[in-house]
Amino acid sequence: MPVRVQYADFDLSTELAALRAGHPDTGATVAFVGTVREMNGGGAVSLLELEHYPGMTESALADIVSQARSRWALIDVLVVHRIGPLQASEQIVLVAVAARHRGEAFAACEFIMDYLKTRAPFWKKESSAEGTHWVDAREADEAALARWGVEEPGRQRDMHTLT
Amino acid sequence: MQLTLRYFASLREALGLSHEQITAAGTPANVHDVLVLLRQRGGAWAETLADGNAFRVAVDQRMGTLASPVHPGAEVAFFPPVTGG
Repeated sequence: MPVRVQYADFDLSTELAALRAGHPDTGATVAFVGTVREMNGGGAVSLLELEHYPGMTESALADIVSQARSRWALIDVLVVHRIGPLQASEQIVLVAVAARHRGEAFAACEFIMDYLKTRAPFWKKESSAEGTHWVDAREADEAALARWGVEEPGRQRDMHTLT
Repeated sequence: MQLTLRYFASLREALGLSHEQITAAGTPANVHDVLVLLRQRGGAWAETLADGNAFRVAVDQRMGTLASPVHPGAEVAFFPPVTGG
């Protein structure tokens, strides 16, 4: 199962060992671990709540993995994304790629993260002493995906061209 | 035409609704037609889904655009730009 959406934390070593198991041709394993960044910086404890679109999330992640597989020769891929309430510094996402050589593994790992950031239906809500707010999407994330020659569908500018 | 509509995150909160089944008057051909029907409800619907607001759409759990066709029984979702990872 290359894609998991779960409340539970994950253990990097266990996941990487499972990814490589049975694939002695693996020469490079690249893993990206995203953690909850403390947004306030001022010591106020914050909590992140992850909402997602059940069903679509899993299919969107599977689609992202298959896009990566069509671009690079990959041996195996794992994506784990957590949902629910998360504290600062907790692990939130894991993308791990196994390939014969590091070039494919590095590139595919970054591609999957860039894709995930703008295509996978997750939303972060941050709570702190100052209140609660939904985290805004960053234009930089869309620019990161555009590097790979991928245009994001459904952007607001479509509103004007299509109406 | 029967449609299932779903709303997520800040849109869900602004609209006060996570999902609904509607019987659309006429036959909406695409997401934009559905959007027009929703805006006609006025209030939070007209405001939240106004032209110029940043939101995304999905049809049958695939990212789409306002031009994406809808069919009887389709699941159409509206949500803000995603912020996972």
